[in-house]
Amino acid sequence: MKKIMACLLAVLLTVPFFAGCESKTVINVYNVGDYIDEEVISMFEEEYPGIKVNYETFYTNEEMYIKVKNNSTAYDVVFPSDYMVERMIEENMLNKINYDNIPNFKNIGEQYQKLDYDPQGEYSVPYMWGTMGILYNKDMVDEKDMDSWKAMYDDKYKGDIFMLDSERDMISITLKSLGYSMNSYDDAELEKAKNALIAQKPLVKAYCGDEVKDKMIANEGAMTIAWSGDAFYCMDLNKSLRYSVPKEGSNLWFDNMVIPNTSKHQKEAELFIDFMCRPEIAKKNAEYIGYSTANEEGRKLLADEVKNNELRYPDLSKLDNMEIFTYNSELSEKYSKLWQSVKVK
Amino acid sequence: MYKKYLSYPHLMWMLIFVLVPIVIIFLYSINVLSTNGTTGFSFENYKNFFDITYMKIFGYSLWIAFLSTVFCLGFGYPVAYILAKRERERLAKGKKSSTMFMLFVMPMWMNMMLRTYSWLTILESNGLLNTLLGFFGLPQVNILYTTAAVVLGMVYDFIPFMILPVYSVLVKIDPSINEAAEDLGASPIKVFFKVTIPMSLPGVVSGITMVFLPSITTFYISNIFGGGQIMLVGNLIEQQFLVANNWNFGSAIAIVMMVLMFLSMKIMNLFNKGNKQMAMF
Amino acid sequence: MKTKLKKALESVYLYLMFMFLYVPIAVLMVFSFNKAKSRGVWGGFSLKWYAEMLADSTLMSALRTTLIVGVLSAVISCIIGTAAAIGIQGFRKKKLRNLINEVTNIPMVSSELVIGVSLMLLFIALKIPRGMLTMLLAHITFNIPYVILSVTPKLMQLDNNLYEAAVDLGAKPWYAFKNVVLPEIMPGVINGLLMAFTLSIDDFVISFFTTGNGITNLSIYVYSTAKRLNPKINALSTLMFIVIMLLLIIINKRTSKDKDSNVLIS
Repeated sequence: MKKIMACLLAVLLTVPFFAGCESKTVINVYNVGDYIDEEVISMFEEEYPGIKVNYETFYTNEEMYIKVKNNSTAYDVVFPSDYMVERMIEENMLNKINYDNIPNFKNIGEQYQKLDYDPQGEYSVPYMWGTMGILYNKDMVDEKDMDSWKAMYDDKYKGDIFMLDSERDMISITLKSLGYSMNSYDDAELEKAKNALIAQKPLVKAYCGDEVKDKMIANEGAMTIAWSGDAFYCMDLNKSLRYSVPKEGSNLWFDNMVIPNTSKHQKEAELFIDFMCRPEIAKKNAEYIGYSTANEEGRKLLADEVKNNELRYPDLSKLDNMEIFTYNSELSEKYSKLWQSVKVK
Repeated sequence: MYKKYLSYPHLMWMLIFVLVPIVIIFLYSINVLSTNGTTGFSFENYKNFFDITYMKIFGYSLWIAFLSTVFCLGFGYPVAYILAKRERERLAKGKKSSTMFMLFVMPMWMNMMLRTYSWLTILESNGLLNTLLGFFGLPQVNILYTTAAVVLGMVYDFIPFMILPVYSVLVKIDPSINEAAEDLGASPIKVFFKVTIPMSLPGVVSGITMVFLPSITTFYISNIFGGGQIMLVGNLIEQQFLVANNWNFGSAIAIVMMVLMFLSMKIMNLFNKGNKQMAMF
Repeated sequence: MKTKLKKALESVYLYLMFMFLYVPIAVLMVFSFNKAKSRGVWGGFSLKWYAEMLADSTLMSALRTTLIVGVLSAVISCIIGTAAAIGIQGFRKKKLRNLINEVTNIPMVSSELVIGVSLMLLFIALKIPRGMLTMLLAHITFNIPYVILSVTPKLMQLDNNLYEAAVDLGAKPWYAFKNVVLPEIMPGVINGLLMAFTLSIDDFVISFFTTGNGITNLSIYVYSTAKRLNPKINALSTLMFIVIMLLLIIINKRTSKDKDSNVLIS
């Protein structure tokens, strides 16, 4: 018995170590879930055998912010949205990027550069962009209702509504549905938004993360708030699904690659970002996740029905009732409190 | 041979990894250590917890934990009783003990996350249960994302912890006691209520402790089965650390829970004199 | 007649409860061979999820972490715990001994969530980068008490005179310990080791709070992907359940020979 145990232990101990005994530079990449074709990571590792990518995912910007802020991991590349880039810049959490090390930056569409959240274009490299809207199942709803955010708060759809478990998006959408700005932090308006969210709770089937996609595809609910790319992904797999950007207006967002100042491998991080900016890689990612790439050259490689699709690649200059999220500390604190109080009600 | 110094590594370990962390969490809870830069000794975090909204969550957690304990006891006691009775009969006949009991407590040692996950397959709107019901033309049930689902998850995860201690006590009851009671003219039902139940009380008490306490602070069962709708104290603590970034408040709640658990352990142990080994298991 | 009926009813009840406990696991196992991705629909037999599981590098590194932490924490806590169990017997003052036992029990009786969070705060305060090391330290912490719990009863049964006699006959303390005491308490030690290993590979809550830098174990992997359709988890679960069942059968076989150290069911 003793011998068997000893052998067992020896085997158990050695197997894992053999596999883990290489000295490589490890870069920690922290991305939104389902937001990359993971094959791309292995391609990168193959091309740069000295680098190993440690890939982690988050669901909301807020969750990511806490982890980066608390330095629980020394992340090298992170994928925040517009307003979060603004916040991280303001709180000195980002390293300036040396764009000379990113020759493929030239492939990024000019209309996506130097937006308000990074006005000088020093910290961020745009990755994907899109709108928010309602993803609904045409067989389960009255399509006439779907041009307004109000549908999400309608008793008629009780138990068929999925919301996202993401504070910024849910609060801003609610503000919009009440006719306010998505960036409002006026107390009276926020109070109304809070009441609307609390009143909506009994109608909501679940507050979801990425799994909402599986649920919509499996016809488990009638509608959800969705980012455009997720919506297209779902619509490819379930022909009853439709996406609409409500008439009240919506959110226009840009996700970026940045290098937090916790990074210990700036150069490798820049190599990774550059790799992500290659047209064929950008195309691969865009095809896999269904989002609209900010990489113009990559976009040109996509199938015609995709790259010329009005919903997927709307003309930025024509989107006049769209708002980009902005950051300020007061807003962020108020939203965070508000979401907590909705959740605990 | 019993050299005290042999236990020093362990004592050091407990000091560094158990006692010091408790001190640290306490320091966070009274704002001496802080995440947001504002330090300053105060009991504000504790005061905040006794706010009506949080008290509602606390009450709700107690209610759910109570429900799952009641169900665990209601369904688990008969299992333990039947198994113990049969085991005693086997032993009386000189047979080897049965493996049936082991099968009932084995899930306790299996990965709870996987066991919890396994129910999703069954409960989803288009999951196995509804597929089967649909096949027989029966109405669909949608219990996922409701309180019922969370209680179901807890009962499923924790019922072995009820069966185990109750069984361990019942199996040791001397059958001659029951026989004596019956000889004295008591009906089997009376024997059960007047003899078996009182004698099994220590097992029941530790079973309750082992189900009730983890039920209050679980967060992943309510997360997976509750669809973000169900907020328990466990979720509240987890949220403070991972979402709201208010570690001070989270620490205060954790300390309150720790004190409550300690107190309830002590109270439970009062019922449980002479059965120490099991109470702590 | 009546007793027969009663017996039958009891059996029915037991089988129903048995099904309640095992049907979900069985479903998971069956669906691990499902060709279709759906959770509710059977699409034919296939081993593709097992193949995908093996090809998934995140999952495989989670498995590696789980095994490394499991084995190391079991071995280390087994050594520290066994030594401690012996050492604690040396404290003759009852009050002191009770205090030590009480502290030892803390990791067992308090909520995993609180332990996890407090350890996380400790590692942050000490500025130890979180990852496999911190996870290992945490696992050792909650494993030690269980080892002590399983070794102590064996020590109680031990005849003290044996060791004294060996020493009197000129054996060096270590030699006497190794050849006289250790064989006697070995069943308890091995049980403690196996139990610690099982607990470690099962743990979710404490690992969840004490890890970082992309290190995940299987439970964390399952938690973070559980809500998505991911049949690889079914394949993984099937293997995990089989391994745990085998381990438990070994523990049980060992202990049924040896009633007193049966920690699994005591």
